[in-house]
Amino acid sequence: MSTTTIPEGNAQADFYDLHEHEHPEGHSTMLGFWIYLMSDCLIFAILFACYAVLGGNYAAGPGPHDLFELPLIALNTAMLLFSSITYGFAMLAMQRDKVAQMQIWLAITGMFGLAFLSIELYEFSHLIHIGATPQRSAFLSSFFTLVGTHGLHVTFGSIWLVTLMVQVARKGLIQANKRRLMCLSLFWHFLDVIWIGVFTFVYLMGMLR
Amino acid sequence: MSAHHDHSESHGTMRDYVIGFVLSVILTAIPFWLVMARPLDASTTAIAIMVLAVVQMIVHMIYFLHMSPKTEDGWSITSLVFTLIVVFIMMAGSLWVMHHLNTNMMPMPQDMRNIP
Repeated sequence: MSTTTIPEGNAQADFYDLHEHEHPEGHSTMLGFWIYLMSDCLIFAILFACYAVLGGNYAAGPGPHDLFELPLIALNTAMLLFSSITYGFAMLAMQRDKVAQMQIWLAITGMFGLAFLSIELYEFSHLIHIGATPQRSAFLSSFFTLVGTHGLHVTFGSIWLVTLMVQVARKGLIQANKRRLMCLSLFWHFLDVIWIGVFTFVYLMGMLR
Repeated sequence: MSAHHDHSESHGTMRDYVIGFVLSVILTAIPFWLVMARPLDASTTAIAIMVLAVVQMIVHMIYFLHMSPKTEDGWSITSLVFTLIVVFIMMAGSLWVMHHLNTNMMPMPQDMRNIP
């Protein structure tokens, strides 16, 4: 008897599917990861809103003009943009199953990521050194929280990148690894999109105040 | 089930990445130049760099994240639109409420000096 027909008599009808369908492994990972990125987007939106509200409260302390160095930010932006395109090249190599080429591009991406983090840490340490610590004013608290959260994301993205390079070296370009690399690709490019918001609304708009 | 058919639509090509990169460089260079050289007045510059940022975000979405209305049967774009609506409500609401709070705040001593 087919399960789709409603049985006659007092037998109960199945209003929901009792049998699990066959799903290929990881068929919904990309959509699930995308939805995670959207929730991450909300985290950043909240931090942007905080900065927008508190960004003008200097508490008689230093403002954007005294603190931000645009050439440094431009360099930082370039690092992240270069890392985006080199990750793209890694994905193109992955599609053609060229493992060695992909690993080299991933390594270059990691280097750009590290360069970005080094420049950001240099900027933060310089700010803290001259007394512009997160405790100084609401402007600086929200600034460090927003930019620091983005920096933390890049840090974890870099750790993830190294982990995947080791995984690929050990297990090869199996389907699971390809899926993970595609998730990281979304994550990495997403961080670049957030950075556009950061350099526009925090640094460039800050200099216009 | 052939594994190669999975998510084939979300892959980019060399052409995509190069176009996206060149557009991004241009769309990054213009706002930095506008703020560093200041050929325009402040409010025009502010509007220009915000428009350029939105354009660059869209460029990234299309050429780097390979977004299209068809990705994942449209669920990607649906969740994106939903997120953007929430973001808009939250940003606009926060700014609006806090602006009114600031305006209706009791004047502090340093503000009192400015009142004639």
